[in-house]
Parts: sequence; C-alpha cells; structure tokens
Amino acid sequence: MNGQAILDMLPLLAEGALLTLQLVFLSAFVGLCLAVPMAIARVSKNPWVSLWPRLYVFFFRGTPLLVQLFLVYYGLGQFEAVRESLVWPVLRDAYWCAAITFSLHTAGYITEILRGAIQTVPTGEIEAARAIGMNPSQIYKSILLPRAFRIALPAYGNELILMLKASALASTITLLDITGMARTVYAKNYLPVETFVTAGAFYLVITYVLTHLIRFLEKHLHPDRKEPVVIIG
Amino acid sequence: MIDLHGFGAQLLAGTIVTLQLTLAALILGLILGLLGATAKLSQTTPFRWLGDGYSTLVRGLPEFLVVLSFYFGASQALMAVASKFGYREYIDVSAFAAGTAALGFIFGAYASELFRGSIIAIPKGQAEAARALGMSTRQTFLRITLPQVWRIALPGLGNLFMILMKDTALVSVVGLEELMRVTAFAVGRTKEPFTFYLAAAVIYLILTSIASYGLRRLEKRASLGIRELAS
Repeated sequence: MNGQAILDMLPLLAEGALLTLQLVFLSAFVGLCLAVPMAIARVSKNPWVSLWPRLYVFFFRGTPLLVQLFLVYYGLGQFEAVRESLVWPVLRDAYWCAAITFSLHTAGYITEILRGAIQTVPTGEIEAARAIGMNPSQIYKSILLPRAFRIALPAYGNELILMLKASALASTITLLDITGMARTVYAKNYLPVETFVTAGAFYLVITYVLTHLIRFLEKHLHPDRKEPVVIIG
Repeated sequence: MIDLHGFGAQLLAGTIVTLQLTLAALILGLILGLLGATAKLSQTTPFRWLGDGYSTLVRGLPEFLVVLSFYFGASQALMAVASKFGYREYIDVSAFAAGTAALGFIFGAYASELFRGSIIAIPKGQAEAARALGMSTRQTFLRITLPQVWRIALPGLGNLFMILMKDTALVSVVGLEELMRVTAFAVGRTKEPFTFYLAAAVIYLILTSIASYGLRRLEKRASLGIRELAS
C-alpha cells in the first residue's frame, strides 16, 4: 500500500464525490416528479392510458443504462434537427446528458415502485374517502398519494442507492465523478489497488450515510410505528 | 426496418459473446452465492464475518467500479503472486476472464443474501427429520435443503439474472467484444450512433424479454405441487 498516493488522490475524489451526489440527487428528484403522473396513469383502468407508462417502464428496465446513456449522449447528435435546435447546447454537454438519462432511467423504476405502493393502499380507505363524498382528484391528493409515498419510501431509498451506484457510468461520457476521477488518477499512478479501493471507500461512506438518512425519514414519517411505552406496574 | 449497413452479423456475434459472459458469470455467481450463504450460516464466527463482509461490501460498491478494479487489479495481483514463484513476465488478464470474475463476484454477493434467506425459510423440522432418518449433513443439504432453496430463491435469482444480463454491457468499457463494443465499432464506421445504439437496445430488450418469459416458466415448474396463495 502506498499511503502518500492515497493522500494525494483524496481531494480529487472528494471533488468527484460532489459531482456524483449532484447527479444522484438531481435525477432522484426529477425522476420522482416524472414518476408520479406515470404511476397514476399506470394504475388507470383504461388500457390505452396504462399502455404508455407500461412501454416506458419496459424500455428503461429492459435495457442497460449504458445503452440509454449512449443513445442520449452520442445518439441524438445524429439528427440535423436536434443539432440545429435550441436545446443542442444542453444535449451537447455531458453533464446534462447524464442528468437527463439518469432521471429518465430512475423514473422508470420509481414508477413501478409507486404503482406497487398505490395498489397496496387498503381498499377500505378509498371506499371510506368515497363514502364521505371525495372526488377522485381529492382522493389522490389527500389519501392515495400521501399513503403511497410512505409505503414507497423504503423502496425509494433502495432506488436512491442503486442510482448512486449506477451514476458511476457517468465516467464513460467523460464526466469526472468519483469513478471518473479514479480512472484519471489510475492513468497517472498505475496503482489499481490503492486507487479503486479508495474510490470504493467513498461510495461505501455515501451509501452508509444515505441508508441512515432514509431510515431517519422513515421513522419521521411513521410516528405511529414508534415503540409502545411499556408501563411496568 | 433499421438499415444496419451490413453490421447485422457482427451485432449477432457480439450478442453471443454477451450471452456467454452472462452464463459464465451466472455459474460463478451461483457457486459464490452458495458458498457465501454457507459462510453466513456457519457456526464459526470468522466465516460468518467473511460472508457478511462480502455481501455488505460488494452491495455498497458500483458494479462499474468493481469491473474496472477486477480488470486493472487482476493482472497486478496475479503478477505479485507469480513473482513469489519466480515468474517475472507481464501477465495479461483477458477482458472476458476479468468480466466474468467481476460480474460473478457481484452476483454472488447478492445471491448469498438470497440463499441465506431461503435456507432459513425452510422449516427446521425437515432437516431434523432427515437427521433422524440417518442422513448425513451433506445428504440433508443436497437432498432436502437445496431443492427447496431453488424454489424459494428462484424469483429473486430471476431478478438478479436480468440485472446481470444488463451489467454485461459494462465489460465493453474494458474492451470485451460484446454487443455494446461491437455497436460502438459500428457507430465509429457509419457515424449513425442513434440507429446502432437503438438496435443494441432492441437486442437487449429481446434478450431480457426472453429471459423473463423463461423465468416465469421455470418458476411455475419449480413450484409444482405448491398451493398458490389466494390473492
């Protein structure tokens, strides 16, 4: 083990960690915003409405993230119309391509999580809401979605961790996230063990913090699940 | 239909390499998973630490980073071992071997958790009954526990298999001529990235669809004689 080499790469990897976290939180947030309407459409009884989220999820879950990333980063430039459009400065930038692809990718997975959560909400609660005269949009706003979010939270946390690990692919399109930094550092020092183990440690620390963050949120959102007070009399 | 400019045969060859890599990693992963689960359930504490450490560590790391470390680290590690035996030449690890090892290693970490859960899920009385009939520990494991572990773990293994299939794309980055790499090559020649990456996506979709259909069939077969829960 070469201690000095590890010390030298720490600031670089920390810089990479910042980019990794940015990408993960951005895509987790945008992905959630995209997933809510898709999940609602997905549970629709009308087959023409539920077909579209179904196809979306099928594509994003059935293909590797790397293919999706390359389709956006390299693929879109094939079309003259895209290259001459106003969005080209955005689509030419590796950062935004990664952010867009990760958001779309994780949205597919979150849609399925939310669908499962919506379907798990006990029927009795919806019947009760109907019985007191709520209309469908009210039911969604004040019963179904709040309940579904709570049910979905642990799975959403898992998805966040998966996204953190998937974000390492950003390094394939020139971005200097933790993995990207590790690759450049390795290209200079030729110390695979030190470099990749240190980079791995960064991911493990972030995973650890994220898991505990989710656990804290879960507790916070489930005050009803607190340990009962035991009175010994 | 999409015009592939005569690259269809190459894409097919790449797909075959992808499938070979998937199967090789699957076999290695299943073995590592069973070993890991055995270690986790072992009576010996250091084995338990080893098993738990393995899955906790690997599940917290990006798959891509594991692939890179195996590819770049393997030749150095092998050379370090070989130099102890007096062999000082450069050892080159093939991308296929490194990819198989890395993906199998990852699959094993997840599978070990799955197998552990399935082994625990089998009622203890069954193993005790087998013992009472005079079966050895090994016989009990092979005849009583393992066949049931297969049935219980199958849905989870199916998910892992699909993830594995998609993760093979990562090995293209270290130079294995599988589907993604061949596609990138075709893109370089034709300058039609969208067409070819879309073609690759369709091929992956076909593979995952076939896999998910096959897995459903397997699950049905493995659960013959098991009553379905009323839903």
